[in-house]
Amino acid sequence: MKSIQELMQIKEKIENVAAERNKRGIATIAVHMGTCGIANGALNVLSAVEEELKLQKLTDKVAVIKSGCPGLCFDEPLVTVSIPGKASYIYRKVSPENAKKIVAQHIGNNQPVTEWLINAAGEKFEEINYLKYQKRIVLANCGFIDPEKIEEYIARDGYFALAKSIKEMQPADVIDIIKKSGLRGRGGAGFPTGMKWEFAYKQNNPQKYVLCNADEGDPGAFMDRSVLEGDPHSVLEAMAIAGYAIGSNQGYIYVRAEYPIAVERVGNAIKQAREMGLLGKNILGSDFSFDIDIRLGAGAFVCGEETALMTSVEGKRGEPRYRPPFPAIAGLWGKPTILNNVETYANIHHIILKGWEWFASMGTEKSKGTKVFALAGKINNTGLIEVPMGTTLRTILYEIGGGIQNGKKFKAAQTGGPSGGCISAENLDTPIDYDNLIAIGSMMGSGGLIVMDENTCMVDIARFFLEFTQDESCGKCPPCRIGTKRMLETLTRITEGKGKPEDLENLRTLAVTIKNASFCGLGQTSPNPVLSTMRYFMNEYEAHIHDRTCPSGICKSLLNYSIIKEKCTGCGVCSRNCPVGAISGKVKEPHVIDAEKCTKCGTCFDKCKFKAIVRQ
Amino acid sequence: MNCQCKCSSGKEEKYAPIDRVIEKYQGQEGALIPILHQVQQVYGYLPEDIQAYIAEKLGVSLSEVYGVVSFYALFTTVPKGKHRLSICLGTACYVKGSGEILAEFEKKLNIKVGETTPDGLFTLEACRCLGACGLAPVMMVDEDVHGRLVADDVPKIINKYKGN
Repeated sequence: MKSIQELMQIKEKIENVAAERNKRGIATIAVHMGTCGIANGALNVLSAVEEELKLQKLTDKVAVIKSGCPGLCFDEPLVTVSIPGKASYIYRKVSPENAKKIVAQHIGNNQPVTEWLINAAGEKFEEINYLKYQKRIVLANCGFIDPEKIEEYIARDGYFALAKSIKEMQPADVIDIIKKSGLRGRGGAGFPTGMKWEFAYKQNNPQKYVLCNADEGDPGAFMDRSVLEGDPHSVLEAMAIAGYAIGSNQGYIYVRAEYPIAVERVGNAIKQAREMGLLGKNILGSDFSFDIDIRLGAGAFVCGEETALMTSVEGKRGEPRYRPPFPAIAGLWGKPTILNNVETYANIHHIILKGWEWFASMGTEKSKGTKVFALAGKINNTGLIEVPMGTTLRTILYEIGGGIQNGKKFKAAQTGGPSGGCISAENLDTPIDYDNLIAIGSMMGSGGLIVMDENTCMVDIARFFLEFTQDESCGKCPPCRIGTKRMLETLTRITEGKGKPEDLENLRTLAVTIKNASFCGLGQTSPNPVLSTMRYFMNEYEAHIHDRTCPSGICKSLLNYSIIKEKCTGCGVCSRNCPVGAISGKVKEPHVIDAEKCTKCGTCFDKCKFKAIVRQ
Repeated sequence: MNCQCKCSSGKEEKYAPIDRVIEKYQGQEGALIPILHQVQQVYGYLPEDIQAYIAEKLGVSLSEVYGVVSFYALFTTVPKGKHRLSICLGTACYVKGSGEILAEFEKKLNIKVGETTPDGLFTLEACRCLGACGLAPVMMVDEDVHGRLVADDVPKIINKYKGN
């Protein structure tokens, strides 16, 4: 491919196919197949759809599409049915049997099966509650195109931004637009992307590198996976644009090996882009050449840190390096290198095509554009959402997320993974952006947002995160290697009811020391979950230490089990199941628990059918 | 197991897959990790003799290869069971009780996390976030993700994979 005209021809061809389909009245059935969908049985749904179409002899009247994930994980597997001239309908929680009925009734008889629909009134996708408050830029294509077909990406203006950059802009112009847009890195720290590119651009070196951080390691964040699975070309295109801007001819995507579907789709996308001449030598007939290779992670969280990632791409132990020199000066193999994460890249082509003014018009003063969050934990609607910067947590949790599960009370939302902190109820109305989150003691991180309710123990969560960072500490520097270990020991002691009053002060001293003295971002931010829970939930720490109780009923060693005489029927299920023989009593008479023998395993509590056992 | 017969043909045959992998990356910088990934896929694990062979072929020291193998959680120097049960202990899964699912597997399989059943069928592992948090708690069996787990799913999953 040599010109924008050829790109245009592909776009028109796809549009013609769609128009032709419409004209001939051919319906489409899209089965959404991201990791979540597949885990919930989307593959079986797809074969059921295909089988039923064959059975009903409808194969020439329906086009079946394999699409990516539209972000409604809580309703997977999803199927969208569109009949020309009619509204598109989205079905939720589709089983293979339901899929067959949908084919027969919706396609066969032109009657949507309303009870399984998300949009029963036929409202547009963006009008349903879950999406009304969202603004989808990064996720614009996810769930709407077949990620395995480059033509579908091109039909949605894909690779036009690359063409525009190469054909109509100088590298400095590209950098200027990105700078003016105010785009900041979506991987965590929020460094201005355009500035990073400019540093690398100014280096006079024939060999430079463009890296993509797809080592999405923060537990609870999965937007990068979804973009790679649902819209891989948007990342490839942006990397090529970055290559053109800084003067590089080689890129690497560093993907976690835990994401096999993403790896496969990116590999396929690179192959297609090469075949079309959109990657490789002399892209679009110009002097600019750029290629991309995949590097697989191997299960080390620290490799999400930029210098550790580069060391890992070099094929070594993924230990961080000292900065400066910063990667833009001396990065991969000592050459000028830029590293951005998947979500950052997925914004680039939109900015080039629609202009920096458009992008800068969204968001807050210092945080422009949108942010994708992965909603998880104890919330009704779990999934991926994209909202303008500055949206409040209240809107996210209650309007989009549908509130807390089982009508429980909200306690905290955790952002920023093991480097971040908790947002408590008092900050529900704070507009979320990079700076506000830091001010309230958390951080944006990559966008995992895990909701915790009244049954989550915040001391236990702090212990959980310390266990994580302690396990993932690469061991290079002592403050992180030994400091996190000491903090973990202290927190474990507290959750086991052996906390001492001086533990709180010791935790704080250790936290400050580790923050100041650690070598890389992993260590420097590792005390954050402890500091933030101590800031907002000190009462829980005190209850564990002074009163030897766990107010949320989570820390097993601090719980006491007893039997309510009036409710106990003497059935004997508890005493038969107790692994340590701590329960005694005669048949048909109330039983008792021997607190000395009880190991607090909770078996009796789970087994009692009469709710006669209380835990407090 | 090392070939003990001292004939060169056996050794060549055993290591032939490694040669094929290394050949693909000829002349490429930083290929050690992709090579280890692919070699582990062939043999299931990376014992010392295989690490030594890779080191020799790449012209690097064994300590460098071992340093990389021991650093990354996905590389293993001991054989794993036929099926790898990997329970996610990421934050979202943890707050939704994946710790209890893991305990249930330990109980039902009678092994601890990190161990393999005596019949070599299952290895039980804990992992850090599979990126399917919307379905928490989740686990991965080989390359399949299972979501929205409850304790009652544990025997079902074991039985499903026992048969094949």
